Amino acid sequence: MKDDAIKERQARNNVWVGVTLVAFVGLVFAVTVAKMMAGHNMEAFDHVYRPQLEQVE
Amino acid sequence: MADISTSQITYGGEFGDYFKLLKPRVMSLVVFTAAIGLLVAPVSVNPVLAFASILFIALGAGASGALNMWWDADIDARMRRTEGRPIPAGKVAASEALQLGLWLSGVAVVMLAITANFVAAALLAFTIFFYAVVYSMWLKRSTPQNIVIGGAAGAFPPMIGWAVATGSVSIESVLMFLVIFLWTPPHFWALALFVRDDYANADVPMLTVTHGTDATRKQVFVYTLILAPVVLALGVSSIGSPLYTVVAAFVMARFAYGAWTISRRTTAEAEADNFKTEKAVFRQSLYFLFVLFAALLLGQVLNAYIPLEWPEVF
Repeated sequence: MKDDAIKERQARNNVWVGVTLVAFVGLVFAVTVAKMMAGHNMEAFDHVYRPQLEQVE
Repeated sequence: MADISTSQITYGGEFGDYFKLLKPRVMSLVVFTAAIGLLVAPVSVNPVLAFASILFIALGAGASGALNMWWDADIDARMRRTEGRPIPAGKVAASEALQLGLWLSGVAVVMLAITANFVAAALLAFTIFFYAVVYSMWLKRSTPQNIVIGGAAGAFPPMIGWAVATGSVSIESVLMFLVIFLWTPPHFWALALFVRDDYANADVPMLTVTHGTDATRKQVFVYTLILAPVVLALGVSSIGSPLYTVVAAFVMARFAYGAWTISRRTTAEAEADNFKTEKAVFRQSLYFLFVLFAALLLGQVLNAYIPLEWPEVF
């Protein structure tokens, strides 16, 4: 296979990978917005104790 | 396992070749049944989260398809039905299929846990494991019961869809699982009857190869008889409806009649008309599942507008 043809195919594949990644980022953004609008808790415990995350009876 | 030479694959395939590794036709059935499982559940889901969840279920199914193609590349190359797949066709290296399958499995399971819940994600992870390891690596080459037990992998999607909405497993989702689980053997054996040589050439111990076509013909009919009560039981569950029951009774009777016709035929008769009945029943089995699940959803929609008294046994 000629180098030009290989480069052309790789360029096409790169475009598709790019489109897929952008779509994935868009989907994660949409999921985040949907969860926040539904009132889901967007915070979680990490290394530091955070009293505001305690369930209040 | 895959020992296809990769010496001729130096440049990688087209994007479409990698997409074919995900078995798009199987994915479409997964999307459909998972969506029905989600939509008939008694808990409503945000449309964006529902869309994302179905997408990640489909991605998980696609990942298991890529793992299956990686493992089965050697036998795919020996069957007419599968010799055009990306790995045996020399378009994608087996190692690329393995990497794609593993990465997509991880992404699909983690993202489903984020968009839906851990129960749905755990079921998806188990489905991928079951299809790639239990079915592809173990059962497929070792027992004629391969597709009987392996059929479970294809039966999980509506159960996962249901779990996305409810966060649990219940009798309704188990019934949906059983419908696809018991539908798989007659569906695949109808196919195996007219591609028998393919499986024999590849040393895959399909029932047609190990027990002969006459025994397979009987088994096709027996399994439709076992399938019938489960299909009808779904009609008197909390997601059943009069519409579903009428449609289910009709398509089930048609499928069982087709299977009975297959069981009455001899191989000589089938060869004489180029497996006309077997091919027709195989196509019919695809429509059967589509119509059945569509009726389940339509019945629910209709119930919302015209509520009717209907027994709820399960």
